[in-house]
Amino acid sequence: MIEAKGLTKYYGNFPAIENVSFDVKSGEVLGFLGPNGSGKTTSMRILTGFMPPTSGNAEIGGYDVVTKSRDARRLIGYLPESVPLYTDMTIRSYLSFMGTLKDMPRAKLRSRIDDVIDHLSLQDYADTYVGRLSKGYRQRVGIAQAILHEPPLLILDEPTIGIDPRQVVETRQIIKGLGGTHTVLISSHVLPEVSMIADRVLIIHEGHVVAMDKMENLSNTLGGNTRVSIEVRGPEKAIEKALLSVDGIQEVVIEEVTGGVVRLQVQGTAGRPVREDIAKTIVDGGWGLYEMNPFGLTLEEIFLRLTTTEQASLDSDDEEESSA
Amino acid sequence: MRNIWAITYKELNTYLSSPIAYVLAAVFIGLAGLLFSLSLGGSFPEATVRGFVGPGVVLLLVVGSLLTMRLLAEEQKLGTLELLLTSPIIDAQVVLGKFLASFLIIVGMLVLSLYFPILLFVFGDPDPMPIVTGYLAMVVVGMTALAIGIFSSSLTSNQIVAVVISLGINFILVITDIASRYTSGLLADVLRYVSVSAHTSDLLLGILDSRHILYFLSITVFFLFVTVRMLESRRWR
Repeated sequence: MIEAKGLTKYYGNFPAIENVSFDVKSGEVLGFLGPNGSGKTTSMRILTGFMPPTSGNAEIGGYDVVTKSRDARRLIGYLPESVPLYTDMTIRSYLSFMGTLKDMPRAKLRSRIDDVIDHLSLQDYADTYVGRLSKGYRQRVGIAQAILHEPPLLILDEPTIGIDPRQVVETRQIIKGLGGTHTVLISSHVLPEVSMIADRVLIIHEGHVVAMDKMENLSNTLGGNTRVSIEVRGPEKAIEKALLSVDGIQEVVIEEVTGGVVRLQVQGTAGRPVREDIAKTIVDGGWGLYEMNPFGLTLEEIFLRLTTTEQASLDSDDEEESSA
Repeated sequence: MRNIWAITYKELNTYLSSPIAYVLAAVFIGLAGLLFSLSLGGSFPEATVRGFVGPGVVLLLVVGSLLTMRLLAEEQKLGTLELLLTSPIIDAQVVLGKFLASFLIIVGMLVLSLYFPILLFVFGDPDPMPIVTGYLAMVVVGMTALAIGIFSSSLTSNQIVAVVISLGINFILVITDIASRYTSGLLADVLRYVSVSAHTSDLLLGILDSRHILYFLSITVFFLFVTVRMLESRRWR
């Protein structure tokens, strides 16, 4: 559905994105993950034909976004980050306006507007001016105009930013529901959100793609599932010492001690049966194992690790250069 | 075509649901009426609309700037331009739709002023030709001012900046006539040719010369064309 090759965009001398390549298959949900200012919005604006790349090219459904812009734009439903809406129109008149611009036949438009309003639970506000709506409802109107002409591809730029937590959950549900029938490209700087919604994640940092893979692969390659939280009844010093003596356990942190029960975090090595080793050690020591929970490597950690290693390798490059 | 009309319809709704169009129409009709009634005074009153069409032309340049300053500047400020230009619409349709909406508002104002000539026909025996060409002059001057206004509005997201640029361009077209009096030779000819008043004076007298109409139409088309290029230019930058 989307094929981007070597997208680069300079604002003056400043590179917003450099050599960004990725593809999204039909029906797939790709999460675009990166901190603010990492180039997510720039990439999306290029894909939606709002501005051209400085170099590189992108195709939507086989149409080049620069040379066949209009054909490509027909396939896209787009929600920009700031959710720009005309405040002096009612929801219904706004959707009717957008539907017309998207070449929807008049007869179909009317019934489709009702469907979309129902789908996003906007019935009570259909004839309310957009300017009077809360941020959460405006977000829904933004989504409504994006899905209105039933485009095969949805591009949603930070759809959950700036709305209250309950609305965030609702909006995620809506987007998740769209995933089955649409190809979705969603950007976010909230990591759990992307893992919840997306099939695949692309991590972008300072205009460069740092990683692109399925969530579970990402955490595996980075040595996930090796961190374990345990609760044991027994003397904390002895337990710590026993665990540290086990081959493959790198780190033991005592988190809290309450009434003879110790909570610890244990860092094992990838590829070793850490949990079995821990259980055996505790039982051998004659202590009571109350609880054991494996920590998946969280997205925050993946993200930090990827971006800091990137940074670290950059730093070492600098050092090499300066020492050379 | 349907896209153009969708834009026009939306902009007309915006005009009619905000006070701007009404206030402008009220001020325009009020001032025009004052000028009209003053021109009918004196010892030898003439049954013409010349008294208000002459200054009315200058008034329309201002009205046109004020009507159009919002059209693209606000879209840029609110970010709605992003959704507009990423929908499958041609940039020219956006510009034409907006131009048409503001043009209809100006036409509406001129229609409201039609009671001046009607009064003349009821109470006097006016020559119809200067009235027809006078209104034609106001229509084409209005178009010119709107096109210049939309162009200025495409340059910035600030409506005040847009209106100042627009008024600036309009007044250049007005004062070149004065400037031509202080120059001579080819330069004077060029300046006189560019000026608005040189092209409206015949129309005020009832002389219909297609050159004058062509002058205003070409300025209109030129500025609308440049506006479309301005919108497109974000696709090259």
